[in-house]
Order: sequence, then structure tokens, then C-alpha cells
Amino acid sequence: MSYAAIADRDHEREHHEPQTFITKYIWSQDHKVIAIQYGITAIFVGLIALGLSVMMRLQLGFPNEFAFINPENYYQFITMHGMIMVIYLLTALFLGGFGNYLIPLMCGSRDMVFPYMNMLSYWVYLLSVIVLLISFFVPGGSTGAGWTLYPPQAILPGTPGKDLGIVLMLGSLALFIVAFTMGGLNYVTTVLQARCKGMTLMRLPLSVWGIFIATILGLLAFPALLVSAVMMLFDKLLGTSFFMPAISSMGIDPGYTGGSPILFQHLFWFFGHPEVYIVALPAFGLVSDLLSTHARKNIFGYRMMVWAIIAIGGLSFIVWAHHMYVSGMNPYFGFFFATTTLIIAVPTAIKVYNWVLTLWQGNIHLRVPMLFAIGFIFTFIHGGLTGLFLGNVTIDMPLSDTYFVVAHFHMVMGVSPIMVVFGAIYHWWPKISGKMYNETLGKWHFWMTFLGTYAIYLPMHYLGFQGVPRRYYAMGNTEFLPESAQALNASITMAALLVAVAQILFFINIIWSLVKGPKSDPNPWDATTLEWQTPDHPPKHGNWGDKLPVVYRWAYDYSVPGYKDDFIPQNVPPDEAPAGREHGVKH
Amino acid sequence: MSEAVLDSEAGSVPATSGVVEDWSRDKQVFGVPWGKAMMWIFLVSDTFIFSCFLVGYMSVRISTTDPWPIPSEVFALSFGGDPIPLVLIAIMTFILITSSGTMALAVNMGYRKDRKKTFWLMVSTAALGASFVGMQAFEWSKLIIDEGVRPWVNPMGATQFGSSFFMITGFHGLHVSAGVIYLLVIAFRVKNGFYERRGGNYEIVEITGLYWHFVDLVWVFIFAFFYLW
Repeated sequence: MSYAAIADRDHEREHHEPQTFITKYIWSQDHKVIAIQYGITAIFVGLIALGLSVMMRLQLGFPNEFAFINPENYYQFITMHGMIMVIYLLTALFLGGFGNYLIPLMCGSRDMVFPYMNMLSYWVYLLSVIVLLISFFVPGGSTGAGWTLYPPQAILPGTPGKDLGIVLMLGSLALFIVAFTMGGLNYVTTVLQARCKGMTLMRLPLSVWGIFIATILGLLAFPALLVSAVMMLFDKLLGTSFFMPAISSMGIDPGYTGGSPILFQHLFWFFGHPEVYIVALPAFGLVSDLLSTHARKNIFGYRMMVWAIIAIGGLSFIVWAHHMYVSGMNPYFGFFFATTTLIIAVPTAIKVYNWVLTLWQGNIHLRVPMLFAIGFIFTFIHGGLTGLFLGNVTIDMPLSDTYFVVAHFHMVMGVSPIMVVFGAIYHWWPKISGKMYNETLGKWHFWMTFLGTYAIYLPMHYLGFQGVPRRYYAMGNTEFLPESAQALNASITMAALLVAVAQILFFINIIWSLVKGPKSDPNPWDATTLEWQTPDHPPKHGNWGDKLPVVYRWAYDYSVPGYKDDFIPQNVPPDEAPAGREHGVKH
Repeated sequence: MSEAVLDSEAGSVPATSGVVEDWSRDKQVFGVPWGKAMMWIFLVSDTFIFSCFLVGYMSVRISTTDPWPIPSEVFALSFGGDPIPLVLIAIMTFILITSSGTMALAVNMGYRKDRKKTFWLMVSTAALGASFVGMQAFEWSKLIIDEGVRPWVNPMGATQFGSSFFMITGFHGLHVSAGVIYLLVIAFRVKNGFYERRGGNYEIVEITGLYWHFVDLVWVFIFAFFYLW
């Protein structure tokens, strides 16, 4: 095909090795360097968000003990914690970090299709992070409107950061969306158009599938956030009334009339629900590869796994109003959205069963990445089941805005993706750095994080049943709450502090590995996927040396009978190794 | 697709196994260059932006309690006699659709490697686009200066009329302006032989055209939903 031939030739011509330190590590167009830049920035802001959650827990566990936390700060901590974790950490890390690193390597490409735009994507992302961080230091502080930024309260007096704070927040989001679009277009086009010979879509590792579909969701969902950010900025700065009804604020008429606050909620959640899957689908994909590799078994039901990812992605666009059962919208909407929400459980359950069946009778190696992957299955089942409760209108009504909701979404889209983030970092660390990490430290990190998060979030479900409302600075004299609720809150805080401190082990491990860690094999886990078959270790600019790889089999030829090893890399030709069980079909 | 499909065993996939099989077989899903595929994907994403703007506008138009001004009266111009409804918008729409025609011709001339004609057709497309933006500026100034409409106030009724109008036509106008710049950059590159040095491939003219046609198509929807409703 002439197009492909031209495209390939152009691409290789543009890949001359960068010479200076600055073009190699700072203004780099290499997808691997950009991935690491994304990763470091995302983890840095993630640590800030972790610090904010510690402050919140200190206040909740020991009210009035810490004079530096007042109600205004508390709302700012809550808002920035949520926003940073969901968007600036998880979205950026999964798509900008893992997406950038793994897509070209796993597809057998030399780089993203437009490396220059890929580089711009990172720098605009960094700009959005800087704008976000500036908002902490402006007069009035960062916004305290909650991560959902609901109007009218987000821009009216009484909410902290209602002036510069919210403006910078919305501006930062708009920048983030620009950055994401530039990166996302690259990821999607690379997966569709720039795979190596023989790498059909149905031979792609599930990591790529998860990141690919999540990026498509992002490209279709972020526009709604951009539009709502623009409209709210106009409401705030120009005095338009898109979201603002006629309202009296502290006895003063701010001059708004006739807007629709519910419109914002619809727009926000049209972005917000797919956002859950923008975070979850890459995690699904990565964890599938972790499980298969460390259980030395092909992933169970590969085709169904792919179709489940696609189905979840599609369905995620028609469930958004299940976040709005108590918003006052038409109750018939609740019927529709509860139905679609529960339907999503079907493809999700297929995935969970397939993960468990991948482990079944596998040769399981309980290395650190595998521990995190299995931990993910636990936390995800847990958070997923409580999602079924909240998806039903009648059960959601009393549980809405209680700690049950907080426990649910932290289990399902906080802890679960973070489990995968850690598992995936440990798994690919040897490829990224060329060094091994310390297994013992890693295991300590896993167990403290895994058990610690259960100690945090299991009791929160109970608090939710008791009726403890979320986002409250303090309970005061609330008659329906027993005193033991406070004792529980104190214990949750202790667990949260422990988990926060445990993360130091991770950073010690990384630093130890970089300084003193032993050199790793090019393929320490005996994995089949292409990124472990690079000619250089760690891979150099252009990834594949002189010759692009050629793929002859799917990504999961583990323990194929009649072959000397228990894995056959994707680029081993059929005359050197038996045909595996591509798509579960024995050839 | 003519790329050889490498199978682990020869010819195991019968031709009957469907569209999914076909699409997933090859190195590329779509037989187009990377830039064109990326432009298409971007336009899908941009469609969602404009859809959200339009849905937001319809939603506030329904929710507002003040009366909505009648667009055919607001956007009427009088040339000495009775005001003619929507006359300026009709001319603007005509100009924009004409520019789609010159753009299509430019794409054709690009593939014929007729650099001179491609250049002039792209420049005239850009000129038509610029005149569209100019007339939009005239319409804005009429609304702002003569009628006293602002994003935050509207003497004719619902404030959301002005807010939605300035926001949506403004966002579209920015797209047209960006398109004019994009067209001019590519046109001058075509003229000075930039693409001759890169193998004489004029796909880029078509990619620019995709964006331009998209901007025109969006205008048709804005025209229908804002001016004709």
C-alpha cells in the first residue's frame, strides 16, 4: 500500500537521535521520555493531593485538635484532593504516562505518529498543573466548591476561592483538555494506523486496548467539561446566566436570572461518568497483562475481554444521570439511567470472571506486580458491588451524599486504579530503568497499602449506613449519630496516616533501585509482548534499531505445550515455535 | 488492503468472517495517511464540543422565564424599505458554502499537482472565510451598539439570548479565523514548493479541506438551531 510505504519512510527519516541533553531529556519528542515526564509530574501532584487527604483525615478523626484547619481550608482540601487525583494524577498517568510509554512499544512502532504534538501535549499539561498550583496561593485561595464544582454555589459568596480560585481551576481544566486532546489524537491514531507488520488489532495486548478505548472516551467526554468550564467562566466573569438562576446570595441579588443549574450537572456528568472509565479501562487493560504474565497463562477469553472494554466504553456515555438521582430531575430519567447503569455490570462482570479464570490453575508467581494485580481484583469487586447499590434509585436516595458513596468511589476508582498503577510501575520498571527493584520492600509496600486501604474504606460503608454526610467539616451535636462513629473516624484516620507513610517505601525502593539496584534482564518476567523484545535495554530512541519487528502471534502464548520455554514472544515466527492458542482456539 | 497479512498459519481466515475481521487484520485500519486519520478523529471530538454548546443553548432557551426574542426580527436588515428578515445571515451562509466549493476545487487541483491553481483557490477560500468573519463582526457590532445586547443583558428579553449568541457564534468565528490562518499557511507552502521537497504529496490540502468543510457544516447547524428556530 503506497500510503503506508510513504508514511513509514517519512517516519524513519525524521527519527534522528537527539544529541544534546536538552533535546534528549527536556524538549524531547521521544514517547518514552514524554511518558516519564508525564509520570513524574502526575505523581508529584498526586503527592500533594495525598497530603491534602491527610489534612482532611486529621480534621475528621480529631476535630478541633488542629488549629490550622478551618472550615474554608477543609473545603479547599476536599476539592483539590478530588480534582487532582481524578484528573491530574490518574488520567494523566494512565494515558499520558502508560499510554505514551506502552502504545508505541507494544504496537511495534518507532514513536507516536506526531512526536512534536506529543511533546506539546506534555508541556501544556505541565502548564495546566502550574496554573492549578498557583490557585493555592492567590487571594482567597483555591476553590472549595467540591470537585464537581456545582453552580450556583461554586461562584457565589460563602464558597472559598469563589473569585480567582474557581477561575484558575476552570482555566487549568481547559488547558488540561487541550493537552489531553493533543496527546489523545496521537494515541488513537498510533493504535489505528501505525502498528508493525502482523500486529492486527486482535493481537494487541489488552493494555493497549484499554488505553485506546479510554482515550476515545476522553476525546468524546472532555468536550462537555470544556463547554461547561467556558460557560461557568462566562457566568463568573461576564455575568451571563447559563447556570445561574435568579438567586439571592446573602441578602444581595447578584443579578443572575433564568439559568439552569441542572444543565451544569448534566454537562459535568456527561464528562464525569465516562471519566470514571477513562481511569478504569486502562487499569483493566494493564491488570490483564500483569495477571496473564505472572500466572504464566493466556488471558481467559481474550475476545470477550476486548468486546467488554468496547461495550463498557459505549455504555459509559448513557449512564451519567445516575449521579443526579437527588438533583430534582424528572424521576422517569432515574428509571432509564438505573437500567443502563445495571447493564454495565454485565460486561464488567465478564471481565472480573475472566481475570479470576486466568488465575485458575495458573502457575502463579506472587511477585510484587502480581500482588498488586490480585489486590486490584479484590478492591474492584468490592467497589463494583457497592456500585450496584448506588445505581438503584431507591437505594441511592438515602445513601446519596453519605460516606457510603465516598467508600464506594474510593474503592472502585481510587484504590483499584492506584493498585494497578503501582503494579504496572513495578512490572515495567525494569524496562524503563534497566534496574530491578527490591522485592521485599515492594511486598511491604503492597501489604501495608492493601490492608491499610481496607482499614480506611470498609468502616466508611458503615458510617454511610449510619447517615454520616460527606463533605462535612465537623458533625457537631448530631443526635442520630452514636459516639462510636467518632471512634471509627479516629481509627480511619490512623489507617490513612499509615497508608500515607507506607508510600515512602515505594519512593525508597525507586531511589534504591536507581542507585544500587542490580541490572535487570531485558525480559525479567519472561513476557511475550513486544516491549520486552527490544534490541536495546532500556529501549533507545526509535525503539527498534534498524528493523521494525514482525508479529506472528497474539500476546498471550504462555505455557504452550511442546515449546522449550513457557512463553513465546509475539515476534517468534511459526517455524521456530508451535502456533499457540490464539483467541482460545487451538489451531 | 494490499499489505501482506502475516498469519501464524496460512490462510486460516475465510473471507466470510466479517467486517471486524477485515478491519482488524492489517497494519492500518483506515487506508489513509496519519494526518488525515488524525484530522478526522479531531473533528469527531470537535463535533462533541459544538453539540454541547448547542444542547446547552437549547436547554437555557427552554429554562429561561423571560421571552426569547424572535430571531427573524432581530436579524433583519432594511435597505431603505421594509426590513428583510435574516438577509445578512443568508448572505453569510451563502458565502461560507461557496467557500466550501472553492476548497473542494483546491483539493482537486492539489492532487493534480497544479500548484498555482491550488494556491489561488485556497487563497480565495480564505478570503471568503475572512469576509464571513467580517460580516459576523458587523452583525455583532449592530447587536451590541444599536440594540444594546450584551452577554449579560438583553433589552429585548431573555439574557440567555445574548449570552448564547455571542458564545456560540464567537466560538464558531474563532474556528473560521483559525481556518483562514491555516488555509493561508498551507497555501503559501504549496506555492513556495514546500511539499515538492517532501515527495510532492498534496494530501495536506485535503486535510485542510476536511477542517474547512467541518466548520461550514457546523455553521449550517448553528444557522438552523439559532436563527431558524
